[in-house]
Amino acid sequence: MTSMRIASGLGLLLGLGLAAGQAQALEGDAERGQQAAGACVACHQADGMGMNNPQGESWPRLAGLPAEYIAKQLHDIKEGRRESATMMAFANMLDDQQIADVAVYYAEMEPWPELPTAYRAADPTDEAEWLAERGDWAEGKMIPACSQCHGPNGQGVGATFPPLAGQHAGYIVSQLEAWRDGKRHNDPNDLMVGIAERLDEEQVAMIADYYATLPERIAERETRAQEEDGQ
Amino acid sequence: MNQRTSHLLIAGTLASALSLSLAAVAQDDATERDYQVPLPEAPEGEITFQPPHERDIPDNQYGEMVRKGRDLFVNTQALRGEYVFNDQNCANCHLDAGRLANSAPMWASFGVYPAYRGKNDKVNTLAERIQGCFTYSMNGKPPEYGSEPLVAMQTYLHWMATGAPINESMPGRGYPKLEETEQGADRERGAEVYAQQCAVCHGEEGQGQKVGERQVFPPLWGDGAYNWGAGMHRVNTAANFIKANMPLGKPYSLSDQQAWDVAAFINSHERPQDPRRRTLESVDETDEIFHNHHGFYGDEIDGRRLGDHADFGENPTPLDG
Repeated sequence: MTSMRIASGLGLLLGLGLAAGQAQALEGDAERGQQAAGACVACHQADGMGMNNPQGESWPRLAGLPAEYIAKQLHDIKEGRRESATMMAFANMLDDQQIADVAVYYAEMEPWPELPTAYRAADPTDEAEWLAERGDWAEGKMIPACSQCHGPNGQGVGATFPPLAGQHAGYIVSQLEAWRDGKRHNDPNDLMVGIAERLDEEQVAMIADYYATLPERIAERETRAQEEDGQ
Repeated sequence: MNQRTSHLLIAGTLASALSLSLAAVAQDDATERDYQVPLPEAPEGEITFQPPHERDIPDNQYGEMVRKGRDLFVNTQALRGEYVFNDQNCANCHLDAGRLANSAPMWASFGVYPAYRGKNDKVNTLAERIQGCFTYSMNGKPPEYGSEPLVAMQTYLHWMATGAPINESMPGRGYPKLEETEQGADRERGAEVYAQQCAVCHGEEGQGQKVGERQVFPPLWGDGAYNWGAGMHRVNTAANFIKANMPLGKPYSLSDQQAWDVAAFINSHERPQDPRRRTLESVDETDEIFHNHHGFYGDEIDGRRLGDHADFGENPTPLDG
C-alpha cells in the first residue's frame, strides 16, 4: 500500500517538476550528435574542452560531462530555468532528439579526469582547500564543503552534481553569479542558490581558481611523491 | 528541569570517584530502570562557544593525536572491517567535523560526560559514549580502552572543547528538540518529502551515493546504515537532526511536519539488527525492553515485521555471539 503511494508520489514529481523528463529519456546517438553540434564548436571547441576567457565570457568544458546533465541544461535553457543570452539561440535550434544526441556526443568525447577519492586532510592554512573540503560553517554562512555534494576533489557525483575540478574558472564564477542574480534556478531543490548567495566575492574567485587548477596540482603532487619514493 | 539537575548531580558526584573501569561501579539497584530516558535537553540561549581553529592545533604529540582523531572523525571508514561495519562516518551526523552547533557538536558533549544514560542504565564516561557510537551508529565493535582510535577521538574532542565548561550543558548541544505536531509523524506523507527533498542525494532506495570507493552521501537504511540500536533510528532524534541540518546547506527549510514525516519514513525501513538482540531471547523482548520509544522496531510495515531477522549487516558477530 505504501509503496503504491510512494510510486504515485514519484510519478507526480516527475510529471510536475521535470516537465522535460520524457524528452530527457530519449536515447542519444553520438554520431547524430556530431552532426547537430556544428554550431557548438565555435565556443566549446572541436575537442569539447571549451575555453577560459579572463576578459570575457568563458565557455565551459563539455567533454566528459554526464549526458543526462548536458541534456538537462539544454532543456533548462530552452525553458528559461537557466537564462543564458548566448546559449538561448543555440539551444532553441535543437529539438529533443538532437539534445539527447549532442549530450551523448560530448559525454563520450573524452572522460572527465578521474581524481583520487581517498581521504586526505584539508590544509587549514589553505583557505581555498578548506572551503572545498571543509566548507564555511560560520554563523550566517552555513556553506557545506563543495566536496560534500560534488564529490571527492570535486569530480562530480552522478548526473546531478557536475564535476568542478577541471572546469574553467571564468565559467564557475559566471555560474555562481548567475545563481545570485536569479538567472539560474535549475538546481534540484534550490540546493545551490543559497550557497552561491552566501559565498562572498573573495570566496567565489578563490574556489573557481582552486577547482580550475586542481587536476594539474594533483598531478604535480603525485609526480613529486613518486620522485620522492624513487629516491 | 529537576530531572536534569539530578542527573547532573549524579554525574558530578560520581565523576570524581570514577576510574577507567566504570563497568565495575555498582549502580543504585533501587533506581527504576528506564532505558528510554535521554540526556536532558540543552539549555536555550545564544550559542557563544567557538571551538579553536585547526590552524591552531599544536605541533607536538598532543596535536598529532588531535589530528589523528580529526581524521577518524571525518573518515571513520578508515576503521572499516575492524571497528566499523557500515558506510557511515562520524561527520555525517555531526556536521563540520563535529564543530557545528545544533548538530550534536563535540565541544558541547565533552564536558557533560561522565553522565548517566538511560540507554544502558549506568554512568558512562566519554570513552564509553564513543564506544556506544561504534556499536550502534557504526554497526561496529567498540575500540578497546586505551586503543589508539579511541584515544585519538577523545583527544580530538578534548581539543575542540578547549575553554568549554565542565559538567554544564551548553546551548547548541545535541539537536534542537522539535515539538510534536498535531498530525503526528506519518511515513506516507514522509515518502513524498523524501522523494522531493532527499532522494537526489541519498537515493530513491536510501542507498546513498559513492564515487569510487568513497561514500559521498550516506545510506539511510539497509546494511550500510545505522542499526536498530542507534539513536538516529528514533523518529524524534532523526526529526530533530533533519530540521536543523538537512537538506545540507538548507537548515530549517523543512516545516516541522515535514521533518517529522520524513524521519518516520526513513526510520520505518529495515536496517541491521539491534546488537542488544544478541543478549535477549526474542525480537519481542528486545522491543519491550529497549524500544519503548518513538521508533518502528518490531512494528509491522508493508506486511513485514521490522527487526524480525538475524541480519547484522556486515558485522560478523552472530546472533548467539
